[in-house]
Parts: sequence; structure tokens; C-alpha cells
Amino acid sequence: MTPLNRKLYRDLWRLRGQVLAIALVIASGIAVLAMSLTSMEALTDTALAYYERYRFADVFARVERAPGYMADRIRALPGVQSVDTRVVKSAILDMPGFDEPVIGQLVSVPERATPPLNQLALRSGRLPRVGHPDEAILSEPFAEAHGLGPGGRFGAVINGNRRTLTVVGIALSPEFVYTIGPGALMPDDHRFGIVWLGEEALQAAFDLKGAFNQVSLSLLRGTDPELVIRRLDQMLARYGGVGAYARADQMSNWFLMNEIRQLESLAAILPTVFLAVAAFLTNMVLARLIAMERSEIGLLKAFGYTNATIAWHYVKFVIGVAVVGILIGWAAGYWFGLLNTRLYADFYRFPFLLFDPSPRAFVIAALVSVAAALAGTLGAVRAGVRIPPAEAMRPPSPPMFQRTRLGRSRLFAALDQPTRILLRQIGRYPVRSTLTSLGTGMAVAVLVSSLQWLDSINHLVDVYFQQAQAQDVTVGFATTKSSEVERDLGRLPGVVTTESMRAVAAKLRFGPREERQALQGVPAHQELSRVYDASGHALEMPPDGLVISTMLAEMLDVGIGDRITVEVLEGRRPVFEVPVAATFETYIGSPAYLDIRALNRLMHERPSVNSVHLRLDRNEMQDFYRELKAVPQVAWLSLKEAAVATFHDTLAKTLLIFIGFFVVFACTLAFGVTYNAARIALSERGRELATLRVLGFTRAEISYILLGEIGFLTLVALPLGCVLGYALGALILRAFKTELYRIPMAIQLETLGLAVLIILSATVFSAFLVRRRLDHLDLIAVLKTRE
Amino acid sequence: MAPTPALRTRDLTKVYRSGEVEVHALRGVSLDLYPADLIVLLGPSGSGKSTLLNILGGLDTASGGEAWFGDLQLTGLDDRGLTRYRRAHVGFVFQFYNLIPSLTALENVALVTEIAERPMSPEEALRIVGLGERLHHFPAQLSGGEQQRVAIARAIAKRPGILLCDEPTGALDSRTGILVLEAIERIHAELGTTTVLITHNAVIADMTDRVLVMGDGRILEERHNTRRRRAAELSW
Ligand SMILES: Nc1ncnc2c1ncn2[C@@H]1O[C@H](COP(=O)(O)OP(=O)(O)OP(=O)(O)O)[C@@H](O)[C@H]1O
Ligand SMILES: [Mg+2]
Repeated sequence: MTPLNRKLYRDLWRLRGQVLAIALVIASGIAVLAMSLTSMEALTDTALAYYERYRFADVFARVERAPGYMADRIRALPGVQSVDTRVVKSAILDMPGFDEPVIGQLVSVPERATPPLNQLALRSGRLPRVGHPDEAILSEPFAEAHGLGPGGRFGAVINGNRRTLTVVGIALSPEFVYTIGPGALMPDDHRFGIVWLGEEALQAAFDLKGAFNQVSLSLLRGTDPELVIRRLDQMLARYGGVGAYARADQMSNWFLMNEIRQLESLAAILPTVFLAVAAFLTNMVLARLIAMERSEIGLLKAFGYTNATIAWHYVKFVIGVAVVGILIGWAAGYWFGLLNTRLYADFYRFPFLLFDPSPRAFVIAALVSVAAALAGTLGAVRAGVRIPPAEAMRPPSPPMFQRTRLGRSRLFAALDQPTRILLRQIGRYPVRSTLTSLGTGMAVAVLVSSLQWLDSINHLVDVYFQQAQAQDVTVGFATTKSSEVERDLGRLPGVVTTESMRAVAAKLRFGPREERQALQGVPAHQELSRVYDASGHALEMPPDGLVISTMLAEMLDVGIGDRITVEVLEGRRPVFEVPVAATFETYIGSPAYLDIRALNRLMHERPSVNSVHLRLDRNEMQDFYRELKAVPQVAWLSLKEAAVATFHDTLAKTLLIFIGFFVVFACTLAFGVTYNAARIALSERGRELATLRVLGFTRAEISYILLGEIGFLTLVALPLGCVLGYALGALILRAFKTELYRIPMAIQLETLGLAVLIILSATVFSAFLVRRRLDHLDLIAVLKTRE
Repeated sequence: MAPTPALRTRDLTKVYRSGEVEVHALRGVSLDLYPADLIVLLGPSGSGKSTLLNILGGLDTASGGEAWFGDLQLTGLDDRGLTRYRRAHVGFVFQFYNLIPSLTALENVALVTEIAERPMSPEEALRIVGLGERLHHFPAQLSGGEQQRVAIARAIAKRPGILLCDEPTGALDSRTGILVLEAIERIHAELGTTTVLITHNAVIADMTDRVLVMGDGRILEERHNTRRRRAAELSW
């Protein structure tokens, strides 16, 4: 080993505390990056393999009823590869040991053949047999939630008939990787599940012999789904088609792909923060190392070492630090990635999980962090190499300080000398001081931006569920009902108030833009489910004109007064124009409302409804549920209390783990910054501090000078970090914004306080480590040497 | 009756241990320094001068023997006690000035007067060393000799019981060195501070009437000059 390399190892070892502190910051960045990239890769690989192996369709369409021969016509459309027709319906289920009614989505599966598309991944049991209409397959998460396996039984009201179904198999399907019930915001495997029944049995139960109400298509490679969708919509319009949609808009797939996109944002935003701070820290340590080795550098040059050799020596130091970080980060990233992917597998159900990260993610992470560290330290290396040999042999003159206006001020004159030392030191190295504050600030910001999720979600739940909604239950019907159904439901035990609503599938057009969006008719003045602006007020419906969400206004690029063309996709399929009367801000979806009377008029129909909101007397819930289970044609149910609970449960499972990671990362960041800043200050000023000790200053007093500086910079960092936290939080929330939901920014003061407190503890801990070194200052050594 | 000594040591020893090797830096030093003494400590390199001075100044602890400041026993004080002793009674001047670069001349002196019991004003201390005009300069703006004089002002501003100077002229040329010695001389005359001055320069010994010569951890001889020369008269 060359002497220079030996020096390198000794330097790395001597500075191990600082090297490790930086390495941990790099490792955090790499871990986040590798975690996001490996989970992304695992999810993508798994989803694609799953879709491919089980032939997930490319285009989907619902109709009311279409004759079976239409399948051949559809297959004849250009670009279509294969077609599968099915019956898809809803039913209220009566699950053993579960009081509340449960919604089952009934999907037909051929008894005799394997369907060409959307094949089942049978986990256990078998398919339903011909002639056994009560044999059912349950989706795995639903079966697990209810503890059912093959042989289990449960009740169902299918098309008005009470039946007892027997579980014969448990399955997963590429169509239902993410299972979310209609009207729900989160998967709730207790209250919504997929039930596959034999095709012939289901056709018979719903009078759809030789017919279907759902069709799935796979396309030839390179076919534009939009073209097929347009042709399909024309073909299916007369069978009650409500508009075909591509795989990208298929609910389960949308959520899955959105999750992958969010991981991508995470991979872009957070590692940047960590690696930038790591670069700064490496620079700080290296600059100090070079400053201390000025004369050695001069000596080496005097011996004839080239600039390149010397630069390479210090670059190797940086790479050495990065490599330590990379190794830790790789290990942590792999582990977090696996953990994260497993966590996802709880919500996104696959029959198999491909977690086999390619080296790509790890190589990218390593390259990015080495590049960041090198970019950060280039300046220090260059400055070190530039030192002329002769000058390097002379000791550096004492650092120049100047009396500034502040230094001459009365305020300053009132300060004691230690405080002056402290303040001048900060002023002497403004860039470094600022970056140190910024580094700690970033730690606060990372923490704020991850803790904010709890606030944001609480706020969302509060506005969406608590403020806007006064109903306890919403009952949705498969078809449009006459308005009497509201009265019928009102007679169920425990019902206090009712409010009906009517939604129709429609295409909304303005100029060149078109969106599929249900039009929701609600009472002019809503008592239960209120059209509610996020700023905290309910909106009354004008007699004519739409009240639309700002999201929809943005999507259609419309403003108040603009007239939207509405093409209704059901009933007589009327087309009409309505003006936008008002807009409102909402976090979920992109809804459009109008007065229910106006909607019925525009539909040319008698007063009709398709869902009813109910407020209940809590004492009569059991009776209510029991009777509700017998109400025919209920297609969906939404129980507010359960929805809120599911929301919180789900978040507790995912978010808290996620936040836990980030508390650790943020503390690492704060620790890395403070520890390095304090160690470097100690290295630069050990002599000064020892001199003060000689002059009779106590340990506490010199600690004040050294740690006071760190404390001061931390104090500046805390409010700065809160502001940065807002910005980072906003950035992340914006990256997470979708047409389906927007998570509002709602950081609470307590959250800022908590973030500040956590970072402060990490800072105090690192200060404590450095403080212990202050107790071992060698007083005599400093007197013997010149610096 | 003889006056009580300001500093007194009895059989003071100091052993440095590093691994297997033992270095006997002091091998039994007994010494009495009286108020207003000005003593020069001579001796070859490694003879233990700095070690003795550091123990007298409460920077280091002895391995054996006793050291007293008046009736305060230094040997046996813990770190806190030594800190209090240095703070209250000792003024140090070192070869390498050891000024705080971020404080002006005045502030470097004020650093000490702020924590002293009955100090003189920093301005006065700087005037004594002839730097009344350079109060607001930072160390980087002062020459070596000027820096050393600031260090002296800093050492005497608290009116210390003893002033300990370890090669104060070691890093200076002779002209500047003499300016520094003049400052020490003047302080000794005006304040009557007990002063110990280590030097390698035998000429400087002419400044005082009591010279101690050390060798191999012991005091080898004590010389008394018949005629003291003023610092200004010295040259080397
Ligand atoms: N920390 C230490 N560890 C080991 N030995 C030491 C230590 N400090 C001093 N010594 C040894 O103690 C002896 C006396 O040292 P001291 O510094 O007192 O000498 P000195 O007379 O001041 O010399 P100089 O004139 O060169 O300054 C020397 O042999 C020295 O090597
Ligand atoms: Mg010495």
C-alpha cells in the first residue's frame, strides 16, 4: 500500500465519527431512493406479469343488456384481439357473524371453459359446477376478512331472492388487485367483496340468458384504445352502454399505477434533500481536512507529487465516505423495499410477488450519491490543490475578522466576550453557517412534510365526512327508482331523516374537452349529504345551472357562466346544455351537482332517485341493518362510521410505518449536520478553547462558546425548517394530487412543535457527544505548538 | 521573620507515562518564590522548565510532592479547583501568544477582566504595554510583538498574584523581544507581581537578580546577579 493510501485509511478512521454521520445521511438518501425504486420495480414487474399471465383486458364497457351475438360483432372491430362477455351485478350479502349488510359484486365466470380474459388465479378450491347455481368463489381478501374458506356458507339477496351460497373456491383476479367498493374511499374488505358465480347461474338469476351486461376486450399490440372505445360506444349505445373505458381508467389498475407514480415522485423529491445535505457535509469535512493539511500538501508538492495525484487522494476520501454510506444505504434500501412491497401486498393483492430488484436501482442510487458528494466537494479539492507549495509550508495567518457596523453598535457592546466570539464566528463564515442552519432546517422540513400526512388526512376526514355529511348510511340502487323508494326506506326502523339523490352517467363537454362524469341531482337545500366547499360552507343548488368542483372546472377549463354540453348515457340519452352557476373546492373526485328537480326535468322523467341518504337512531341500528338486508336491488351501501374507521385503520397501518421511517431519516439528518458542524468547530477552535481554559474559563463557559454557536444556528434552523417543511409538504402533496383525490395541506401547530422537538433532541444528543470531547482538551499541547 | 512565600514547592516530581516508557520531567523540585520576585528560569531543552511552570500555574498536576500558593495547596486540587485558581490568581504569557482571532485587542483583554474580581480596565492594561492606540485591531492586524504585548496585557489585567511567562520572546526578533520584556519589567515594577520567566536566552537573565538553572528535572543552581540591567539595555 502506498503511503498516501495508508494516510487515506488513517484519515477515514480518525474522522470515523464524522464519516459515519455523513455516511448515515447518504445512506438515508440511498435507502429512500432504493426503497422507492425497488418497490416501484417490484410493483410494476408483478403487475405486468400478473396482467399478462391472467390476461387482464385492455378495454371495458358496461351495458344494461346486450345480446350474446354482439360479442362477435365486437370481436370484428379492427384492433380487437379477444372479447369476453359477462354478467356483473351487485347483491346485499349476509355474512355469518357480521351484523352490518355487506355488498358483494357478483361477477360471472364460465363453468365449462377458461374465460379468454380476466382469468381467475384460484388460490384454493375449484370453479362452480354447471347445475350448482349456489356455488361461489370469493375474492381472497374478502374471504380472509370473514374467515371463510371452501365449504363456508353465507346469505345473499340476489335480484330480490334470498339464497344461501356455498364457497367452493378462493381466488384473486387482475381486475381486482385493489378492491374498492362503489362510493368508498378506501378498500374495506369487511363490507365489500367480489363473488364469482357460474355464468349460467348468474344469467338465470338476472334474466340475462344469452345476454351480457359487461364486456372486456383485449387489443392487438399497437392499437389505440381510444379508437376502439369510440366504435364500441357507438355499438353499445342502444344497449344502454354508459361509455367504455381503457385499462388506464380501470379502477384497480388506476390505483396501482397511481401508487407507482407516487413512488416515483418520492424517489425524486426526498433523496435529493438527503444527498444535497450529504454533499454539503462532505464538503465541510473535506475543506477542514485540507485546511489542516495545508503544509502536508505543500510538502507533497515539494517532493514532486502532481496536482492530479493530490486531488485524486482527496477525491478518494470523498468516495470512501460515500461508499460507507452506499453500503449501509443499499442494505437498508433493500430491506425497506422488501418491507414496503410486502406492505403494499396487503392492499394490492397479487397471487405472487416478484421482488427481485435488478441492480439498476442500486447502481442508480450509488451513482447519484457519489456524484452528489463529488459535486459538493469539488470546490474544496480544487482550493486544496491550488495551494502553492511555498505558501503551504507557512502556517496560515489567523483568520481575518472585521469590525462590522453591528460590531460597533451599542447592542453589541453590551455583550460579553464569549458571546462576541460566538457571533463573530458565525459572521466570519456566513456561507457555512447558513448551510448548517439550512441542513438542520431540512431535517425539520423532512419531518414536517412526513408528519403532515396525519394532519392532512385528519383534516380531509373532518371536512369530507364530519362537516359535509350528516347522514349515517347511504343506500345506492342498481337502477333508477321512483321517488317513493325514499318513503319506503324512511319507514325502516330507526330512520330519522332521509334525503334522496339521483346520479346519471354522462359525458360533459366544453370546447375540445370532454370528461366522463356522473351528474348528481340533489335537493336545492341539502340537510344530510351537503355540497360542501372545503373552506367550510354548504352550497344551495340554483334552480338551473351546475355547481361543479373546481377540479372539474379545471379539467374542462370552464368558468362560471360557461355552458357545458351534457350527453347523458342512460335513459333516453338526452343531450342538453347547462351553465356553470358556481364552483366549489372538494378533496375527493371531480363531482358535478345540480338541482334534482332540474335533472329529472332534463331527463324527461318522473321524479326518480337512485340513492338515498339516511340518518339513523343509533339505538335501532341492529333492526335497521336486519331489515335493510332484505331491501331489493341495493347495489351499494356506504356506512359513514365504518368508512371513517377504515380510513383511520388503513392509515395507521401504512402511514405510521412510513412516518416512522422518516423520523429516523430526519433525525439522522439533524444528527449528521450538528455533529459535523460541532466537530469541525471543535477542530478549528480547539486551540482557542484550550487557551480560554488556561485563562481560567470553566468547561461550561467554553462549552457555551462552541455549542452556543451550534445552538444559535439550530434556533435559526427551527423556524426556517418549519417554513421549508410547508414548502416541501406542498411539493409532495402536489406530486400526489390526482383527479380522484387531493390531499389538503393542513399542518397543525402541534405537528410543527413535535417536529421541532424531535430534531432538537437529535441536535442535543450530538452536541452532548461533542461536549464530552471538550472535557478532554489537552491544555498543554496547545501551548507548545503554533496551530 | 522572613516574608511568607507567594509560591512554594517541596520535592515536586512529575512522571509522564506513555506505555512502557517513563519520563521523569521533574525529579524533586523545592522552591520558594516571594512576593514581588522576578525570576528567570534557564535550562536546556527538556530540562523540565515548562513542566514546572505548568504545575505552578495550575495547568498540570504533579506526580508527587507539594505546591502551595500562599496557603492554598495546589497539589490535590481537582480540575474545578485548578480552574478557579487560574481564574483568580494566575496570568499566563506563552510563546505563541494564543490570542482569540475573533476578538479585538481590547476584547481579548476584556475576556479576562470580565471574569476577574478586581481587574484594571482593559484600556489601562493595554496602555501599560504600550498599545493604547491599537485597541480595536484584530490579532490578524497586529505584528507578532504587538500580539505578544496584547497577551501580556491580557495576563496582567486581572492583577494576578503571579505572572508566568514561557519563552515570551521565543518567536520574536530581538528588537521586538526587548519591547515585550520592557512591558513585563514595567508591570513588575508598577504592580509588584511575582513573575517567573522561562527563556533559553542567557542574556535575558541579566534582567533579574535571581536566576534558577534547571537540568534533568532538578534545580541545579541558583544565581544572584549583582547588577540588574534594564530590559532596554539588553541586546542579543
Ligand atoms: N505530555 C508529555 N508526555 C511525555 N513526556 C513529556 C510530556 N511533556 C513533556 N514531556 C517530557 O518531559 C520533559 C520535560 O519537558 P518540558 O516541556 O518541561 O521541557 P522544557 O524544559 O520546557 O524544554 P524546552 O526548553 O524545550 O521547552 C521532556 O523530556 C519532555 O520530553
Ligand atoms: Mg518548554
